[in-house]
Amino acid sequence: MELKSILEAILFSAQHPLTAKDLRELMASAAEKSEEPAPKEFRKVSTDQITESLEQLARENEQLGRSYHLMCVAGAWQFASRPDYAPWIKALVGHKVRPPRLSQPALETLAIIAYRQPLTRAEIEQIRGVAVDGVMQTLLERGLVEQTGRAEVPGRPNTYGTTQYFLEYFGLGSLEDLPAADELRRIPIQKPEILLTADQEAPAETEPAPQPPA
Amino acid sequence: MTDYKVKFEVFEGPLDLLLYLIKKEEVDIYEVNLTQLATQFLEHIEVMRMLDLEIAGEFLVMAATLMYIKSRELLPRDQQVQPEGEDNEEDPRWELIRQLVEYKKFKDAAARLQQLEIAQENTFPRVPGKPEFPEEPSTAKPGVSLFDLVSAVGNILKRFTEKAEDEREIFQDRWTVSEKIESIVKLLAEKAPLKFSELFSEASSRTEVVVTFLALLELIRLKQIVALQQEEFGEIEIAKATELARGEAGRGVPAEPPPPEPITTN
Repeated sequence: MELKSILEAILFSAQHPLTAKDLRELMASAAEKSEEPAPKEFRKVSTDQITESLEQLARENEQLGRSYHLMCVAGAWQFASRPDYAPWIKALVGHKVRPPRLSQPALETLAIIAYRQPLTRAEIEQIRGVAVDGVMQTLLERGLVEQTGRAEVPGRPNTYGTTQYFLEYFGLGSLEDLPAADELRRIPIQKPEILLTADQEAPAETEPAPQPPA
Repeated sequence: MTDYKVKFEVFEGPLDLLLYLIKKEEVDIYEVNLTQLATQFLEHIEVMRMLDLEIAGEFLVMAATLMYIKSRELLPRDQQVQPEGEDNEEDPRWELIRQLVEYKKFKDAAARLQQLEIAQENTFPRVPGKPEFPEEPSTAKPGVSLFDLVSAVGNILKRFTEKAEDEREIFQDRWTVSEKIESIVKLLAEKAPLKFSELFSEASSRTEVVVTFLALLELIRLKQIVALQQEEFGEIEIAKATELARGEAGRGVPAEPPPPEPITTN
């Protein structure tokens, strides 16, 4: 028997999303309770092995193009139907109870916090170029961001970061799963050779725009 | 100033407006002509002012920056101001473009977050109903034979033989098997599984113990209850037969007729 199949069977019947740690404990408990040899084999399986198997399982489901997928939300695994099939599921179980969608400024501010955390309000405003007081209030109230500490700069301003609920709300396994995480954490912006002003001609079409200086 | 504010829907800040203007020009941020952009920006500010929209201070700061960039361009390159002591002073144009590029990336990231938000709204996790069957009484392994039961009741009876030495029974037989059946069923409804000894904890005489025991045997015979043992010669437990998955009922052995061997299903 394969570990991934066992995990699949467990998650198929699970009432709640389960973390790799939950699954490891369950494997140990199954080995203890059962007299059959197979559970004993998997008694000492590690969380790393479990996570690896689950990731493989998720990829396999993906490749098979199933209508459901195995997803990791805030570190806990569960099966869920794909968004494409929502109309039918909604007819079956009704709409999900969700708070209203976030506004554009809220999403932008949240994106900045998510990728650059921990950071201060001033740093957020520097990127957005506009005050974020109202938006921050909303994000804090909705539990998507929280104070994480204080920056070691004059005035020791609060720093902010995203919460566990943030991951749940967007269906993310961890912050590593944020789209284009590597790129956005620290954006290296290359200065092009020429910057255009009124008295200059645009460069030839063929030349790609962001040409870093040699 | 804060009590009434018309929110400009599309442009949340000056960077939004600049990106919007750049997009309208259909040029790359790096290729944008900042002096043209400055003119357009100021035109928009003017329109906003005419519409009596609240213009955030940031817009005015941006307008000033753009004006500075524009005025700087009016001078020949060799006469442009270089702030003292800073040879490598950031080109204000570059500073603005850098900020725009960075902001644009986060704007795109926000759009992706929005996609995730919508996808999550339409993602329905599988939530199976809780299975009807109760957890397997995994602790009950060896079956209980009639001899186990007799031996257990013998231990209980010892309590009374020791007492009987200097105490006399003064009660008439006032317990019937059918009454005891009722009370066992009632006890089990309150708490299950029940320890064998708990059945007799309130017994006041040998007779009562015997009657209770007969009631127990009757219930086992009727397959209403089962007797279970965690380990061989361990404490016997009594449970309702319905509490077990039917297939597991064979583990608790009906006392009558006593089976030759304790039956275990695995």
